Amino acid sequence: MTFAIVVFPGSNCDHDAYHAVKHVLGADAEFVWHKDTSLKGADCVVLPGGFAHGDYLRTGAIARFSPVMPEVVRFATSGGPVLGICNGFQILLEAGLLPGAMLRNRSLKFQCEYVRVRVEQTDTPFTRACAAGQVLRVPIAHGEGNYYAEPETVARLEKNRQVVFRYVSESGEATDAANPNGSASNIAGLCNEGRNVVGLMPHPERACELAVGSADGLVLFESVLQAVAGGVRHAL
Amino acid sequence: MRARVFVTLKPSVFDPQGTTVAEALHTLGYPSVSDVRQGKYFEFEVASASAAEVRRIAAEVSDKLLANPVIETYRIEVVDPARV
Repeated sequence: MTFAIVVFPGSNCDHDAYHAVKHVLGADAEFVWHKDTSLKGADCVVLPGGFAHGDYLRTGAIARFSPVMPEVVRFATSGGPVLGICNGFQILLEAGLLPGAMLRNRSLKFQCEYVRVRVEQTDTPFTRACAAGQVLRVPIAHGEGNYYAEPETVARLEKNRQVVFRYVSESGEATDAANPNGSASNIAGLCNEGRNVVGLMPHPERACELAVGSADGLVLFESVLQAVAGGVRHAL
Repeated sequence: MRARVFVTLKPSVFDPQGTTVAEALHTLGYPSVSDVRQGKYFEFEVASASAAEVRRIAAEVSDKLLANPVIETYRIEVVDPARV
């Protein structure tokens, strides 16, 4: 199995993602420059964290027009698994592959800390190896992760079970105190209606080894490894 | 002709930066100031002599790039240098 890790000018978690899938998970990984127009036959696409194009205009607003993006959209609409992490999630929102938008954190601070997220859905290619309601301890590092969508959109996401990760307390409750940025309904991650495109603000790729503080994020990559082995496009 | 585009968060969207600016202004001794909304301002040339055409292009680029319709709205002004 091969992961394509898209590198935008300003990406800074591309090597973290590469390390996680190549050296920890043991899969193959290829960097794909944002000006490339081929995903090199990859089975899964990762849009990594960082500050693509300096976050000019809005986070992800310029990156969504990169030459590689039509290929990412084609891959996503054909059912291929796509994971957007942090800035990658913001790019998926700007590209319209996931609904909603990001506002400044309600604290107005760049929040850099460990949080807990609860896995709300286990029928996505990135959560199928999780237990329902499993709580993951993973880091966040963002200034604009305050998820916003119209109340009707949030209601639709809940109804369609598209909220994949929610910020929770140590005991697993989605409280306001456990919400690090003010996101609507404590939303930390979403999937599309096809369930193959997942975006989240926390960094699972930075939490794949106990040596760095947590290995809870590895399950996302193990999940997609299983999904691809089982033929994700047929399973979903 | 020159187009000016003012992008602001929709009234229904909470503006944490605007709120913080309002609090700072209160601290500075301006209690009469409230409801601060922070936004972005763009101006650019459009090679066209038709104000309607400039407005159409400005609206199109605002929808596609300058504003995110999920959270923002915009207002356009067209400036004809011949009339200034």
